[in-house]
Amino acid sequence: MRFALSPDQEAFRDAVADLLGKACPPSVVRAAWDAPAGALDRGVWDDLAGMGVLSVLVPEDQGGLGLDETFLVPVLEACGRAALPHPIVETAMVAGPLLGADAGMVSTDLGGPNLPCAADADVLLLHDGERLLQVSSSEVALDALETVDRARRAARLGPGPLPASATPATGDLTAIDQAFDRGALGSAALLVGLAQAMLDQTVAYVRERHQFGVPVGSFQAVKHHCANVALALEHTRPIVWRAAWSVAHDLPTRARDASAAKAMANEAAERAGRAALQCHGAIGYTVEADLHLFLKRSWALTRAWGDTAFHTDRVADALMP
Amino acid sequence: MDLSWSAEEEAFRAEARAWLEANLADWRAGCGGEPASGDTREGFAQHLGWERRLFEGGWAAVSWPVEHGGRGASLWQWLLFEEEYYRAGCPPRVTQNGIFLLAPSIFEFGTPEQQAGILRRMAGAEDLWCQGWSEPNAGSDLASVRSTARRVDGGWVLNGQKTWTTRGAFCTHLFGLFRSDPDSERHRGLTYLLVPLDGAGITVRGFGRLDGDEGFAEVFFDDAFLADDAVAGGVVLGEPEQGWRVAMATAGSERGLTLRSPGRFLATAERLLELATASGDRELRRRAATAWMHADAYQQQTLATVTRLAAGAKPGAEASLTKLWWSELDIELHELALDLLGPDAETEGPWSKGWQFALSGPIYAGTNEIQRNIAAERLLGLPR
Repeated sequence: MRFALSPDQEAFRDAVADLLGKACPPSVVRAAWDAPAGALDRGVWDDLAGMGVLSVLVPEDQGGLGLDETFLVPVLEACGRAALPHPIVETAMVAGPLLGADAGMVSTDLGGPNLPCAADADVLLLHDGERLLQVSSSEVALDALETVDRARRAARLGPGPLPASATPATGDLTAIDQAFDRGALGSAALLVGLAQAMLDQTVAYVRERHQFGVPVGSFQAVKHHCANVALALEHTRPIVWRAAWSVAHDLPTRARDASAAKAMANEAAERAGRAALQCHGAIGYTVEADLHLFLKRSWALTRAWGDTAFHTDRVADALMP
Repeated sequence: MDLSWSAEEEAFRAEARAWLEANLADWRAGCGGEPASGDTREGFAQHLGWERRLFEGGWAAVSWPVEHGGRGASLWQWLLFEEEYYRAGCPPRVTQNGIFLLAPSIFEFGTPEQQAGILRRMAGAEDLWCQGWSEPNAGSDLASVRSTARRVDGGWVLNGQKTWTTRGAFCTHLFGLFRSDPDSERHRGLTYLLVPLDGAGITVRGFGRLDGDEGFAEVFFDDAFLADDAVAGGVVLGEPEQGWRVAMATAGSERGLTLRSPGRFLATAERLLELATASGDRELRRRAATAWMHADAYQQQTLATVTRLAAGAKPGAEASLTKLWWSELDIELHELALDLLGPDAETEGPWSKGWQFALSGPIYAGTNEIQRNIAAERLLGLPR
């Protein structure tokens, strides 16, 4: 038993976090709000690809790193912390083991009808109920959505049949279930990172902001909001890591543990977002402060890849058959 | 990361499980029916029988060295033992304030003579220890204690009053904080003393907690003389006037994982799942799954904590987060149990008793409001 990252896992996570700190500041997230569909800047994405992040789960003999989810989940947490706009979960976590190292940027509707970065992606991985089909995004009619978080850049499939070029990536129901669990786990990791980022911003802000002649962070009511977020994170992160282990080893509790991770990450992110906005006050209630970039992403992700009720019911069904 | 147990650890678990199952049934049979609450005089005596049985089997304090009455088990094995202990339905430990609160501080601050004189008798439930910290005007604000210890030839003279002392009316010894420098204020000038309760000038009066059991006591000291050798190895733990430092180490144990291991809450959550399965109500089922997840989260967080401790880290202010989590989890679990029981919830029984006990969690060991302040100030760095 060793419930901690290995030195290798930690070094990989830290290297990616370091890169994101430089290559994915809030200005990059804001640029993703405004770029036309299909024109998402790929600077940071190419850097991540260069570090092997996109192909962590791809076997070595297929050009990937041949590692498992216990390596990728901490990295995804770092991506959430930076509010990375690119479809990292869809590409690295969901599609990697199915499509290999050279698929490019992937979006999918396996976690819900809204395909993030749909027009920007090279490949769409589409669920028809029985199979996952892969198709070039340029060959599919897409209806762009006006999302609250415009960096989601989401679209739905337009009407009409899929083009003949759509080919099955897998028809194995177990493989599809596993892919869904990876998506839920990956989005849970993003949410933990978003929650941590919102807590960090809030702590920095309430230490600086003075009212009544003192930092607002010296008031107990404000302290308690912040402590509640730290409390949720302290007990959610281990549940997400444990799910990474269960998914990596395909344990019998895989689906239950992935669902617990998503349900608890949803809770933590909701708590973090509310506390962050309340403690920032009116200054946070603007599009000029960066907080809203993280807040709005968390609203989208708590409902993508299964909402809290969905995942809680899955845990309930596993515990009380 | 490796979340699997070794064969050795699994063997330890199996050994603990077999012993607990056999001995629990035997003890219960010897009680002639359901044992009374350990917080009543009758029940306390019954539970001492269980404690002595644990000691004879080598299970009273599994993580202690063998020479002090323990089993020399690792922290991991201790966690497994706790899990099996509560899974089997074993009773709350009436010796816990000695074994889980005082003992870690004896190991850290006690002299070899104190360790030899105190620990083994504690594990064997020969000496029964209660905590003498709170006073009528010193609850969460522990640094305002006023009970005094005056240095005299060959010992100390104690005056003052302690209260809300758990199982104080049934215990033989008290570990307490006393102001030994009369000119001192707040956390300075306090001495951590080990006090036999049978001395002249000491009066112990038990009184009813919220659930009516005589689980509380107030302890009065009226010029009570405490000889230096009243406890083997000496009555001062740590140095005189340095009591606050020792007390904070003890408080870390109280808030942290040693007093309230995850096994206890997981076992409660498992029993709730049975109730919720029978109810068939969708919303209650969902709440049961959520409560179970929160208990499981405590287990996983503990595994992460023990990994750090096993690597040599010292327990710190994170204990405040741990205390917040398990105390609020305990309320969530029991509140749901009452909702599942419906009209039966108002009758006396294990769940209504557990509910009343759970309500003490956010109050004792420093109220949860204080814990949130500590977490915000020491972990997040917010200004005092």
